Amino acid sequence: MSRNPYVRPISTTTWYMRHGRYKVYVLRELTSFLVMFYSFLTIYGLSALTGSAERWDAFLASQQSTAMVVFHGVALLYFLFFQTFPWFKLAPKAMPVQIGEKKLPDSYIIIGHYVAWLAVSVFILWLAGAF
Amino acid sequence: MAIAKKAVVWGLFAAGGTLTSFVFPALIALFLLIATGNVPEGLQFDQIRTFAVSWLGKACLFIVLFLSVWHAAHRLRVVAHDFGIRKDALVANAVYTIAAIGSVLAAFYLLMIG
Repeated sequence: MSRNPYVRPISTTTWYMRHGRYKVYVLRELTSFLVMFYSFLTIYGLSALTGSAERWDAFLASQQSTAMVVFHGVALLYFLFFQTFPWFKLAPKAMPVQIGEKKLPDSYIIIGHYVAWLAVSVFILWLAGAF
Repeated sequence: MAIAKKAVVWGLFAAGGTLTSFVFPALIALFLLIATGNVPEGLQFDQIRTFAVSWLGKACLFIVLFLSVWHAAHRLRVVAHDFGIRKDALVANAVYTIAAIGSVLAAFYLLMIG
């Protein structure tokens, strides 16, 4: 082997642009910004809840704008397709279920996650009185 | 990293990822409803306060927020590396400090609510 093997130069800042699969990976990882954003938005809401009803209503009013409707709408779709659904897809790899000698088929685990997610979502929205 | 410590860190990260996947779509949907002006009944002051005052409500909110910010912090650390920022110690300090601040604020406000 040569003393100075050739190392193909790869950009450390734009490497993911070379392949579709890498782009999807980066898009998926960017949902962590949304997790941080909505966590702190909720914490900000909690700070308003420590006060009077007027302060809480002011917080709710401050969140109402067309721009925020668009932002939340896009964020919801982006989060579903780049965090929630991919997470369910990898669940059988992360948590394979073995019963005796047999392994539970991947599809069962994935469908189980979707069913549980629907139940959790309906419960949260029901608890919040959305319907 | 010692194996025992790694298991705890990895466990929190995985739990956070699962929890955010399950809970955040509904959370974002609620903010969407608020933004449109159709504030659901359960988010009116008296109802949401009753929920946040109860220990079950406090526990749910804290666990979701705590695991979410730690999960996000860990991933943002990797994202920084992916975008070519190679000062990992600095980045790690920054993101974990943000997660710690979020966790402390969440606990503080939940206790303040009464």
